Amino acid sequence: MANILIVGVGGQGTLLASRVLGNYAVLTGQDCKLSEVHGMSQRGGSVVTHVRVGNNILSPIVAVGDADIIIAFEKLEALRWRHYLKKDGMMVVNEQEIMPMPVITGAMEYPNDIKQKLQEVCKNTLFINAAELAHECGNVKVANVIMLGALAKNLGFKYEDIIEAVKMTVPARFLDINLMAIEKGFNAK
Amino acid sequence: MKKILLGNEAIARGAYEAGVKVSTAYPGTPSTEITEAIAKYNEIYAEWSPNEKVALEVAIGASVAGARSIVCMKHVGVNVAADPLFTLAYTGVNGGLVLVVADDPGMHSSQNEQDSRYYAIANSIPMLEPSDSGEAKEFTKLAFEMSEKYDTPVMLRSTTRVSHSQSFVELEERNEVGVKPYIKDITKYAMMPAMAVGRHKVVEERIKKLAVDANSMSINKITYKSTKIGIICSGVVAKYAEEALPDASILKFGMVNPLPMEMIKEFAGKVEKLYVIEELEPIFETQIKAQGIECIGKEIFSIQGEFSVALIKNKMLGEPIPVADTTLPVRPPVMCPGCPHRSVFYVLKKLKLMVTADIGCYTLGAGQPLNAVDTVVCMGASIGMCHGVDKALGREQSKKTVAVIGDSTFVHSGITGVVDAVYNQGSSTIIILDNSTTGMTGHQPNPATGRTIRDQVTHQLDLEKVVRACGVNSVQTVDAYDMVAVEKAIKEELEKDEVSVIIARKPCVLLTKEIKTPYYIDNNKCKKCGMCMKIGCPAIMMTKDKVFSIKADQCVGCGVCLQMCKFDAIKLGGKN
Ligand SMILES: Cc1ncc(C[n+]2csc(CCOP(=O)(O)OP(=O)(O)O)c2C)c(N)n1
Repeated sequence: MANILIVGVGGQGTLLASRVLGNYAVLTGQDCKLSEVHGMSQRGGSVVTHVRVGNNILSPIVAVGDADIIIAFEKLEALRWRHYLKKDGMMVVNEQEIMPMPVITGAMEYPNDIKQKLQEVCKNTLFINAAELAHECGNVKVANVIMLGALAKNLGFKYEDIIEAVKMTVPARFLDINLMAIEKGFNAK
Repeated sequence: MKKILLGNEAIARGAYEAGVKVSTAYPGTPSTEITEAIAKYNEIYAEWSPNEKVALEVAIGASVAGARSIVCMKHVGVNVAADPLFTLAYTGVNGGLVLVVADDPGMHSSQNEQDSRYYAIANSIPMLEPSDSGEAKEFTKLAFEMSEKYDTPVMLRSTTRVSHSQSFVELEERNEVGVKPYIKDITKYAMMPAMAVGRHKVVEERIKKLAVDANSMSINKITYKSTKIGIICSGVVAKYAEEALPDASILKFGMVNPLPMEMIKEFAGKVEKLYVIEELEPIFETQIKAQGIECIGKEIFSIQGEFSVALIKNKMLGEPIPVADTTLPVRPPVMCPGCPHRSVFYVLKKLKLMVTADIGCYTLGAGQPLNAVDTVVCMGASIGMCHGVDKALGREQSKKTVAVIGDSTFVHSGITGVVDAVYNQGSSTIIILDNSTTGMTGHQPNPATGRTIRDQVTHQLDLEKVVRACGVNSVQTVDAYDMVAVEKAIKEELEKDEVSVIIARKPCVLLTKEIKTPYYIDNNKCKKCGMCMKIGCPAIMMTKDKVFSIKADQCVGCGVCLQMCKFDAIKLGGKN
C-alpha cells in the first residue's frame, strides 16, 4: 500500500500526475483511489491530490500523518502539507518558488528556511530542480512529469511500468517529450 | 471491463447504461464533469441549460414524453430548481427522472454548505447516496429503475469526495430502454388545486411504501463485526468509518431518504453503543432520536466541514491529529495572469465604488490587493442588490455603486434583475464582465458564447440587444483590458439618472490560449513606485529590496501592467 500526496499550486498539472498513477495501478493490477481538486483552487490556489495504491482501498483521501511520500511541485506547499507525512515518510520537493498573494502584496514574507525546516521533519527529503530539467526537455510545462519520474523511482516502481502508464495517459503528440521528462525525473539525484 | 473513473464520470456511465435519452444541467462544482462526460455519449442528447430551473423543466418534459432523463447540478442549484421540483414530486414521472445533486461539505468551491438531503425530505422523494465510483454507477442505474417503479423523481446525492475521486468501475452495456408511450392525463400532469389534492395523497402513500421497502433494499446494508460499537452512516463517510474503526459494526444507508427504520431498530438493539456519523446536518440522527433510540452524533461531530479517517479516530478514540503550520503565508486562489477581470476591478477600486458582485472568477476581485467587492450572495444577486442599495439610499449612493456580473451568470439569473431595475425606475449601473465563457467551473459554453456543449455553432445571445430590450437605453461596450476606456465608461454611466449597462468584453486567456510575447521590467527605468504591484498579477514579483520583475513563464502579455507604469519601465520581450 502506498499513500501518496501530490501538492502544488493550481495550474501546475497535479491532475496529470495523479492520472498517470491511476493507470499505473490498472497496469499492475492493484486497487487504487485518487482524490482530485477541481474548481476554485485551480485558479492559483494551494492544491492537493491524494493517491492511494494497494489492496482494497477504502477512503479516497490519505489520512493526516499517514502519507508514505509527499511530492511537492512547489517548496512552500511542501511545508504547508508536511503534517500529512508518516514518521519515516519521504518527500520529493521541486525547488521552484511561486509567490502567494500575501507575499506579492508585501503583507508576508516567503519563508527562506524551507529546506532546513523540511529536513528537520523529514531527513529523507529529496530536492529536484524540475524547472531546469524541464527546460532541458525543451518545455517548462513537463516539470510535473519530471516530478512524477522521481516519485516512481522513490516508490520502487518499475521503470517500464511507469513508462507504460504515461503512454496510457498522455496524448500521442506529446508522448516523446513526456517520456524524456519521466526519464530525467527517474534518474534525478 | 474494469476502468478507473471519476465519481462524476461513473454517474455519467450509469446514465448511459440505463438508456438515458436526455441530459440537462447548469455547471457547478463539484457536479460539472457528469454532464461533460455524458456529452461524449452520442446516444444521449445533452445540453447546458441557462440555469438549473430550466434544466429541470427540460428533463421533466422529456420524462413526461416517455424518455429517461437526468439533470445534474451542485447543491445551491437545487434552490434555483426547487420550484419545479416540489411539484414534480406530485406529478411523478413517465420515463425515469433522476436529479443528481453534488454537495460540497467543507466548501471547496461554494458559497454555502447546505445539505441537500433536506430537499428529499421536504419533497417526500427518495434519495440515494453512493460512496465511491462503483456505487455511483450502480446507484444511478438503480435510481432510474426506482423512479419508474415508484413513479417518482429520484435524487442521487454525491459529495465532493465522491464526485472528484477516482476508483474502479465495472463497465456494462447500454440497455436501450426506448421511450414509453405518452398518455394524456391531466389528473397526473396538470397540477391545479383539484388535481393536486389527489396527487398529494399519492405522494404520501408513495413515501410510506418506500419507507417500508427500504428495510429490504440491498443498498441499505448491515455489516456485523464487534457489537461494542455500531455506526450508522452513508456515502464516503462509510469508507472513512470502516477504515478508522475496522472492528465496528456498520449500518450503511444506500438510500438516505426515507430511512429503513426497522433495520435501524434491529441494529440499535444489537450494538452496545450507537454512533451516527454524518457530514453536515444531523438528519439521520434527528430521525433516529425521534424514534426514542439512543445514539451519539452531533454531540461529538461537527455540523461544519468534511470528515476523514483521522477526524473519526480523533473523535472516537481520542487519537491526536497532526496539525498544519498556520504561520505560513496562505495561498488563496487568484485571478490568472492576463485575466480580463483584473483591470476592471482595479478601476472599481480606484474609483472607491461600492460593488455588489456576483459569483464567478470575478469573485476573486474580493481578495487582496484589489479588495474591490462589497457583496456576494448567490448567482444573479448583484443586480437586484444594486437596485436595493439605490432604493434604500437614493441617488447620492447609487452614483457610487455598481453591480458586477459575469456573462454566464447574467444569462443564468441576471436578466430579470435588469427588468426589475428598469421597470421600477432605478438608476443602477451594471457591468457585465463578458469573458465569453463560464470560467470558474472550467470553461463551459453558454448561450452568450454561441456554442453548444458539443461545440456546435448556434445562435449567440446578443447581450447588448437583451439589455436594450429590457429597456436600458444607455449601453456601452468596452475592451476590458483598456483601463482608460473602462474608467471613462463607468464615470459616464454613474452620472446618468437611469439604468445603464457597460459590457466589458475580452475572452478568458485560458480559453484563447494565445501566446503573446511576455513583458519585462527594465530596472534602469524602474523608479520602484510599486504601481505595477497594485493590480495583483501573480506574474509580477518584488524582492525584499524592491527589485521588480515579471516572470516570463507566467506573463501572457496582456499589457494591463503597462498601463500602470508611468515611467515606461515595462517593456515587451521578456525572457526566462
Ligand atoms: C445556482 C448556482 N449554480 C451554479 C453555481 C456554480 N458557479 C459558480 S460561478 C459560475 C459561473 C461563472 O461564470 P461567469 O458568470 O461567466 O463568470 P466567469 O467565471 O467566467 O468569470 C457557476 C456556474 C453556483 N454558484 N450557483
